[in-house]
Amino acid sequence: MADVAVQHSVAGAYEPSLFGTYSKKIGMWLFLLSDSLTFGALLFAYSYGRISTPNWPTPFGKASIVNATIMTVCLLSSSLTMVLGVLASKKGDHKATVRWLLATMFFGALFVVLHAKEWNGLIHEGLRPFSNPWAKNVPQFGGTFFTLTGMHMLHVTIGVCYLGVVALRKKWLPILLGIWLLGWLLTPATNVFHLGIHVLLLVAVVSAVILVLKPKVYDAHDVEIAGLYWHFVDLVWMFIFPLVYLMSTKVV
Amino acid sequence: MTQAHGPADAAPATVHGHAPTGFIRKYVFSLDHKVIGIQYYFLALTAVCIGMILSLAMRIHMVWPDASIPFFGAIKPEQYLTLMTMHGTIMVFFVLTTAPQSGFGNYFLPIQIGAPDMAFPTLNMLSFWTTFLSFAVMISAFFVAGGAPLSGWTNYPTLSAIPMAGPGEGLGEDLWLISIALFCVASMMGALNFITTTLDLRAKGMTLMRMPLTCWSWFITAILGLLAFGVLLAGGILLLMDRNLGTSFFVPGGLVVSGVPVQHSGGSPLLWQHLFWFFGHPEVYIAILPGMGVASQLLSTFSRKPIFGYRAMVYAMMAIGILGFMVWGHHMFMSGMSPYSAFAFSFMTMAIGVPSAIKTFNWLGTMWKGKIRFTVPMLFAIGFVSLFVSGGLSGPFLAQPAIDIPLHDTYFVVAHFHLIMGVAAIFGIFAATYYWFPKMYGRMMNDALGKIHFVMTFVGAYCIFMPMHYLGMAGNPRRYSQFTEVKYLAPLIPIHKFITYAAIITVSAQLLFLFNFFWSMKKGKKAAQNPWEATTLEWTTATPPPHDNFGGVTPVVYHGAYEYSVPGAEKDYIMQTDPTPVPAH
Ligand code: HEM
Ligand SMILES: [Cu+2]
Repeated sequence: MADVAVQHSVAGAYEPSLFGTYSKKIGMWLFLLSDSLTFGALLFAYSYGRISTPNWPTPFGKASIVNATIMTVCLLSSSLTMVLGVLASKKGDHKATVRWLLATMFFGALFVVLHAKEWNGLIHEGLRPFSNPWAKNVPQFGGTFFTLTGMHMLHVTIGVCYLGVVALRKKWLPILLGIWLLGWLLTPATNVFHLGIHVLLLVAVVSAVILVLKPKVYDAHDVEIAGLYWHFVDLVWMFIFPLVYLMSTKVV
Repeated sequence: MTQAHGPADAAPATVHGHAPTGFIRKYVFSLDHKVIGIQYYFLALTAVCIGMILSLAMRIHMVWPDASIPFFGAIKPEQYLTLMTMHGTIMVFFVLTTAPQSGFGNYFLPIQIGAPDMAFPTLNMLSFWTTFLSFAVMISAFFVAGGAPLSGWTNYPTLSAIPMAGPGEGLGEDLWLISIALFCVASMMGALNFITTTLDLRAKGMTLMRMPLTCWSWFITAILGLLAFGVLLAGGILLLMDRNLGTSFFVPGGLVVSGVPVQHSGGSPLLWQHLFWFFGHPEVYIAILPGMGVASQLLSTFSRKPIFGYRAMVYAMMAIGILGFMVWGHHMFMSGMSPYSAFAFSFMTMAIGVPSAIKTFNWLGTMWKGKIRFTVPMLFAIGFVSLFVSGGLSGPFLAQPAIDIPLHDTYFVVAHFHLIMGVAAIFGIFAATYYWFPKMYGRMMNDALGKIHFVMTFVGAYCIFMPMHYLGMAGNPRRYSQFTEVKYLAPLIPIHKFITYAAIITVSAQLLFLFNFFWSMKKGKKAAQNPWEATTLEWTTATPPPHDNFGGVTPVVYHGAYEYSVPGAEKDYIMQTDPTPVPAH
């Protein structure tokens, strides 16, 4: 592989890159930029509906808020473990890196599970994308709730799988498929996640393709870039949590 | 240094030194940016042919409503709307977004900055194939039950949100949305690649301020694309949810369609307009900026003069890019927005006229007292400037709410956007095609045919779109299928007929181009290494360029791209790679 980066550094054949970064990192930053616009648009849609609707429901009682707070703590902890993982990988400590990444994945997965449980509870109470039991004439509540949190949940799920590929490489695939199968078999057919879990199957296919194309050990740079993604997804939650949950706490 | 530039594999994966062999890897699933650029170009060429045929069918139906058109049959009013929607969509997305940026940008950005490929070749291939899939889905909308959608390229709800609202609003509309969502994803991947390549893979000496203006325009266009398409994607997802999951983001309550009450309430169609135009206005700059880059490049090359005000050109493009995100409300003056916001949007829109005027004057300044060579690409570049000015002058009128409210949704708007974004951008594409053809295929395109093509297209474009201003001022509404039955429009029918004749002739003239293109590929005169005596890097390498563009070396750059007629220099141009110092001038 007489590739560019080698010439880039050795022969000095290229202009120094901006801020001394490298292509993949710039690429991730740019992806996050465009993704933030997508989330921004969804948050705009939410705010737009909310401002123009007088009696927006405020259904989140103590239990919900406690749950959402625990979820927030999960994500915050995961950001911490991610930072530790990046530091370990910079030191070249492969074992510690994998350990921290697994911890991050654990917190991420816990977040998704708690979130899914909450979704199920709300759906059980009668929340739908097109209606809710608290304010009959505000169908936007369910629509915005499910879109925003669903999109974010998808991002966390993909993030967990991304870290799985970086940390475990080929070994991650059977684990992912196992989670998918278990999830599918254990959720009742009426549950949204019975269908939703198939996202994992799609992710597994994509991961497999990536692993075939790049069957290498992921290095400190890859860990750092994965970390950028992870922190971004956490950051998005820090908008969703106050805007969607805290602003809709039950008034007693 | 190694640390700063990351791991070895952060580089393009294709640059293995060896070009792939075998048809599939070389021409179909190629990772080579040059092949991908050509793939994009041919996708756009296919799309523009379809788009033009649709426009002819519309024009013919408009003046001879009962005529039976081959292949289309006798067009019904709702069918007209379908043709119009697909014409606009195909032209904007698959022609104007695809050819100048993804096509030529892909081929020439890496070469012009001295890179062996894009930063992420695999992603590049993925972008193309996603665009291809998107196009296939869009075309398939013609063939499903109910046909293609009829809600216009702007796809406003509530028409677009309710499946029963019209014949194409069922499956056809869903396909439209899926296609656009795919297109957004593809464009974001492409944009990311362009930006990274520009930032990270410039050859030694190719500082940002030495880049040709084409590269600047592709770079800024990519930034716009990166930011704008994410918003359209979000809007598209929400609209798909409204249609298929029963949410009400865009649909207000109390609607009754064909006697059936609609089960939505509380949504706002204006939300879509905001999301759409937040994307939509930057999108028109995505279409035109690469054309501006090409025009700058060509005007300087063929006037044998440095570009007038290089830095001003760069800053003007940046200003256009930034302001472009602040003016979307000028498409919504009719929506009942507060006069204060209307004022703000109006002001910002007028402000965008300033950098646009700077560019125009710099183009004129570049040609002023130049030793102009009227080659075919130069003619199209001059045509670009002409159309940009003609279309641009109606902009400040439409930018004022008081004038826009009567002119909105009339043919005045159709005239405005066709001149400035439609045909001007097409002229940019033509200029680029005639200019770079020798590099891409090693042969020249026929000069005489090219000149005839230019004259017919230039005159034709004016004949088609100039009279539309009068139609608009006379109150001729846009997006109507026929005017022959309407009394107050009867005196305008002759103008409509004239436009239709002009359109038939102009579209036919494009056959000359197609013939010239394919004939010259095989039979054209062999091109010299640097047929236009230009300075940029693509003219320093073999034709067509080797797999890694420069045959194993990385060029070193010593000058900007516009060293023409430098006093004291031996020739009237100095290549960017020429190490002799340029005498101060
Ligand atoms: C041969 C040249 C062309 C002719 C004769 C032509 C003709 C037309 C006609 C008759 C309409 C429908 C107007 C209406 O009913 O409101 C239309 C709409 C449109 N055209 Fe063209 N067109 C041409 C080229 C282009 C190009 C190059 C573009 C690229 C931007 C373009 C973009 C559009 C768009 C965006 C619409 C609006 C569609 C909508 O209302 O949703 N056209 N054109
Ligand atoms: Cu605009």
